Amino acid sequence: MPLTGQTLTEAQDTSGHGTRALRALSLSLRMLAREWRSGELGVLVLALTVAVAALTGVGFLVSRISTAVAMQASEVLAADIRLSSTQPINSEYVNEATRRGLQTAWNTSLLSVVFNGDASQLSNLHAVTQGYPLRGQLLIANEPFAPGTPTSGLPGPGEVWPDSKLFAALGARIGTTLSIGAGSFRVTHVLISRPDQGGTFADLTPTLLMNAGDLQSTQLIQPGSRVSYGLLFAGDRERIDSLAAWLHVHKKRGERLRDIADASPQIKNAVDRAGRFLSLASLVSVLLCSIAVAMSARRYVARHLDSVALLKTLGATRAFTLSLSLLQLLVIAVLAAAVGSILGYLAQEWLLRTLRGLLTTAELPPAGFLPVGIAFFMAIAVLSGFALPPLLQLSRVPALRVLRRDVGPPPLLMVLAFGPAVGVVVLLIYWTVRDWTLFFGFTGGLAAFILLLTLSGALLVYFAARFRGGVGVAWRYGVANLSRRRAESVVQIVAFGIGIMVLLLLSIIRNDLNSDWRHTLPANLPNFFFINIPPADRGRFIDFLHARGARTTRVMPMIRGRLTAIGQHPIEDLRFEGERAENFATREQNLTWTSELGADNRVVAGTWFTQADFGKPLVSISTEIEESLGVHVGDHLSFDIAGESFEVTVASVRKVKWDSFQPNFFIIFAPGVLEDTAGSYLTSAYFNAANSRPLAQLAHMFPSVSIFNIDDLLAQVRSVLDKAVLAVQSVFIFTLFAGLTVMLAAVQSSRDERRYESAMLRTLGASRGTVLQGILAEFITLGLLAGILAAAGASVAAYFMTTRVLELHYSFALWVWAAGLFGGALLVSLSGWAATRSVVNQPPMITLRA
Amino acid sequence: MNSKPMPSAQAPVVRDSVLKAENLSKQVSSPEGALTIVQGVSLDIAAGESVAIIGSSGAGKSTLLALLAGLDLPTTGRVLLAGTDLTQLDEDGRARLRAQRVGFVFQSFHLIPALTALENVMLPLELAGRPDARSAALEALERVGLKKRTGHYPRQLSGGEQQRVALARAFVTQPAVLFADEPTGNLDTTTGMRIGELLFELNGHSRTTLVLVTHDRGLASRCGRIVTMEAGRVI
Repeated sequence: MPLTGQTLTEAQDTSGHGTRALRALSLSLRMLAREWRSGELGVLVLALTVAVAALTGVGFLVSRISTAVAMQASEVLAADIRLSSTQPINSEYVNEATRRGLQTAWNTSLLSVVFNGDASQLSNLHAVTQGYPLRGQLLIANEPFAPGTPTSGLPGPGEVWPDSKLFAALGARIGTTLSIGAGSFRVTHVLISRPDQGGTFADLTPTLLMNAGDLQSTQLIQPGSRVSYGLLFAGDRERIDSLAAWLHVHKKRGERLRDIADASPQIKNAVDRAGRFLSLASLVSVLLCSIAVAMSARRYVARHLDSVALLKTLGATRAFTLSLSLLQLLVIAVLAAAVGSILGYLAQEWLLRTLRGLLTTAELPPAGFLPVGIAFFMAIAVLSGFALPPLLQLSRVPALRVLRRDVGPPPLLMVLAFGPAVGVVVLLIYWTVRDWTLFFGFTGGLAAFILLLTLSGALLVYFAARFRGGVGVAWRYGVANLSRRRAESVVQIVAFGIGIMVLLLLSIIRNDLNSDWRHTLPANLPNFFFINIPPADRGRFIDFLHARGARTTRVMPMIRGRLTAIGQHPIEDLRFEGERAENFATREQNLTWTSELGADNRVVAGTWFTQADFGKPLVSISTEIEESLGVHVGDHLSFDIAGESFEVTVASVRKVKWDSFQPNFFIIFAPGVLEDTAGSYLTSAYFNAANSRPLAQLAHMFPSVSIFNIDDLLAQVRSVLDKAVLAVQSVFIFTLFAGLTVMLAAVQSSRDERRYESAMLRTLGASRGTVLQGILAEFITLGLLAGILAAAGASVAAYFMTTRVLELHYSFALWVWAAGLFGGALLVSLSGWAATRSVVNQPPMITLRA
Repeated sequence: MNSKPMPSAQAPVVRDSVLKAENLSKQVSSPEGALTIVQGVSLDIAAGESVAIIGSSGAGKSTLLALLAGLDLPTTGRVLLAGTDLTQLDEDGRARLRAQRVGFVFQSFHLIPALTALENVMLPLELAGRPDARSAALEALERVGLKKRTGHYPRQLSGGEQQRVALARAFVTQPAVLFADEPTGNLDTTTGMRIGELLFELNGHSRTTLVLVTHDRGLASRCGRIVTMEAGRVI
């Protein structure tokens, strides 16, 4: 064991660890400051900052929206538990709850048209009893869209509180009398918000709050009316839990009990899934930035070999030189985490502003500090994985290098050189997805994708090099540079290619979706749906529409019914996987009968009803029912329809094009089976939306008919989709920035070489312009190659996405190639030129003397 | 880190001897097989002595200097610096010893580009834990005539000025031994002469032991002793 010689260095030893650490810190800060001023650390800091900004931006966004959703979930029921049904709920439950010392309230809702003179508006009426809401609060005001003030009261008898939308649409004022069904009611306040006003997305239908005691006088509830009954319970948690258990046993089929935990599971799942997707998207940027970090770290090490050797010559220990580098990394990590977090916060603020309207919550909860902590951890992790191994190597450079430049540090073991990087990548991906299946899926997919891109990039560089003979000297020099630094070129092409490709792909899909809707919705196709048309009024209603110039589509009968058995098995005995299957099996279904198979329906199994089938107990089911319930042609189903039992056989399975905007059903009976049951009709029609008077008349004449404006729905869906795509695109802009950092890192690593070449070329007689042209040529080619890769990748991916996933028509778009090539060349050449122009600006003598 | 006292058997050497090499050899492996760069070199240099090591390129001068300064370890033999056997120390132990006892001047100056002239001179003092690093460094820079260039970075200084900073850095710790490797090799004749003057002036003033590797016979002749090397041996 060699001796350490410590006894000989009393001054160093007596100074203690604290002083030594301070000395290292002071020296590292001074060296760092100088490095910063020289611009050498810029790329490393930039790469980390972009990575942190991408991660925190998405982190802040997802955390704020998730918190908002969680907060809403606790109030969305306006109760602790809520029983809902489309059939009147037995008041025996109220007695049971009262007996257990719990509070109860009713909220009965139905769609109806509200009138203010000639002005009318389809509205969702909520008739509530004293105590509503049991959780959360009502906000009211005296003007629409004003900030609300909380109230514990409710509309008194004869009073109503329309919401801002309805109030404004009807041109109402406080004191105005509104007609609802057979009753008249005075507006006493504007309802600004109520806790159970719906999911996260803006409610399409205006709302009106009224006293439950007044519902009778409207005469709106009739057989076949679509009413939703809600019974609310609140109180001590234990008692609520025991009542919930009791209700689970005693409630009837079709009565749905909801707890806070499952108040809005779909929204929560959707937010979780979207959050995970956006996090993965931001992770692509982080991984690209990590490549830039690794390249910058290599450059840092190469530049510091001499300094570290000198420090050792002057008496610095290996631990001291290592601590210098580590402290510098720590400072860089803190700096990047701070700046990146601020940028990330600003980015998510901008994103949230863009997404405003997607969310009903006016005020989102403030962002927590967790994403900043995570970002700092990530910055340290990326530096540890991608920069630490070369730094460890740096500390091992022998002092002898001061005399012999060829002496370098011993090579790192493979496991040390790449192990930490692989470890960090695995950690980051797993931490983002937290699921091994997804982890392997994503990692495998990403690896295959990057491999494919790398191979394509290498091929492009190879072909570019082959064709350089046919161009001028500047271009030849530029393209030669590309092929000489082949590995770096391919990395840059792939890094830029990914960024541009994803942005192009999202643009194509957004365009395809929009144009597909325009395809399916030419100007004269149905834009209004009419439901709940009483059978007695059917003829008169259709005549009325035709007389007002409306073009109607098929008029379909509709009756509500419940599935009671599949084969010989009662529904109660069966278990279903997934919420959709559960809904199909237990909820009331809209049923119809018809002999005509619409153009938007295609039989995929069995045969459509023939004349011979009329009157036979046969049904045709949609593929959704087939897949969810596992029911096939020839299987027997039993239904309870208006108290009557029907046992039917599945005659066919249909693939339905649901976005045809025509009336469509999951289950269709053969004609001649259900005709005697009570029901209503529905149809869709094209109406000139500019003229709303016929609609007002129609609503007056047929008050039980519900009217849905598809234009509004479509506009809403389109806006939601546009904003969602924009949000995803914004996240991928970080990917483009990450590509930029990779390019800057590559340029930086070749800067000395470029400087020398430039000096040599100028010494040999090349003008500054020629050298500059060569550099521009190199980056334009690089950008073009990245653009080709991006446009090709985006086109192929878009083809599969539109035809296989979205089932839309794919049309080849030339603009994708134009945008990819032009955008890529412009972006890469401008940034490459900015990064290298100092190389050309330096006089050759200075370079050659150095 | 081991902090036990040195074994007494390693301490005593020749009285007044500050640097002693005993039968030093250095072999390296090459594609053609083992290559001997330094072979059987023994030297005994007394405190305050100035020794020039001369010889043609490839004679092994710089390798010998690296072995004497503890920058590299011999294949066989040992080096005693201020009574301590360098071959018994690990890398950090040798570094600590250098911090206390050794100064260097190099042909290519080896200033840290990220630090100013003053910071470069302060560096060895700070590494040795000297609290008066700044004042001592300022004094050293004044002595080499760079009082007004203390805030300049190496790239803002001429070659001669950079070597003067390097001289200030080498002498500022008042080392027992100063190793100089071709200190004028990168300078023009006039500047080289001035730097040579300054080197010997500072050396005389501080009574440091000087080990100088050079091609410059004029510079070598100013030393008290000249050691000539050829094919790795002292002749």
